Amino acid sequence: MSLVGPLLLATLLFSIGVYGIIARRNAVLVLISVELMLNAVNINLVAFQNLLFPAEAAASGQLFALFIIGVAAAEVGVGLAIVFNLFRNRATVDVDRVDAMRW
Amino acid sequence: MTGLDLVFAVVGLITAAAAIKTVTSTNLVHAALFLAVTLAGIAGVFLVLSADFLALVQLVVYVGAVAVLFLFGLMLTRAPIGREALDSDHRGLALGVSGALFVLLSGLIIAAFGDVRVETVADPRITDLGLALFRDWVLPFEVLSMLLLAALVGAIVLSRREDGESGQIEDVTPILLADDPDLDASDADASGAEVGA
Repeated sequence: MSLVGPLLLATLLFSIGVYGIIARRNAVLVLISVELMLNAVNINLVAFQNLLFPAEAAASGQLFALFIIGVAAAEVGVGLAIVFNLFRNRATVDVDRVDAMRW
Repeated sequence: MTGLDLVFAVVGLITAAAAIKTVTSTNLVHAALFLAVTLAGIAGVFLVLSADFLALVQLVVYVGAVAVLFLFGLMLTRAPIGREALDSDHRGLALGVSGALFVLLSGLIIAAFGDVRVETVADPRITDLGLALFRDWVLPFEVLSMLLLAALVGAIVLSRREDGESGQIEDVTPILLADDPDLDASDADASGAEVGA
């Protein structure tokens, strides 16, 4: 199959993630956009795995995608804990209103 | 245009549409549910790219765990509903940046890989993945497990109360609505005022 399709889909998802990070105000929605960007990278890795090592035992692309899934799960856990802490202290999760480095 | 290309086109269109709805939806819960659809679509893309194990991991970890975690996060940090409250003032800037990024990257990709075709493996063997993971990449695997442990401990430390008195609520966080007239007045020290009162 064509390689351009998965790569273009990954590019589109990455751009959508960038849009979400800049345009959204809710901190949880910003985290969701980060997840979109990480998944776009995963599609890229698997697509290039098929191009570079089509039938070999060195499944490096898929392994990197697995590692990224694990790191993303850790990132979601810590990120949501920070957001909950923020909500408890400031009663808001609006990232535009949390612009002071200390208060 | 093979059958695989056709399947990929259908799955990719669903994924892209759900991703766009994820960042433009004005309803928080709908955004999280569209994220689940996007992640399931990406699992379908993995299947088309003959990465079976990765597709199942994607379904279990992302659709099963991360999407539910996001739903919990959205419901516990209740925010006002509506486009003005969810989207910031620089939507135009965001559209410009992401649009320029997409045009640049897709132009480069088409120029570089425009006519490359890949041979997808007929029956991918999970044995290869397991051998590579536990023979060549076992050290990164262990480092990842340490990272997950550290993230778990960090999340617990971050989200527990400072004084740790269970059952005794010291401060109640007020929920601010978008049409609250004294929203800006109670901005900086909303929780502090509540505690003081």
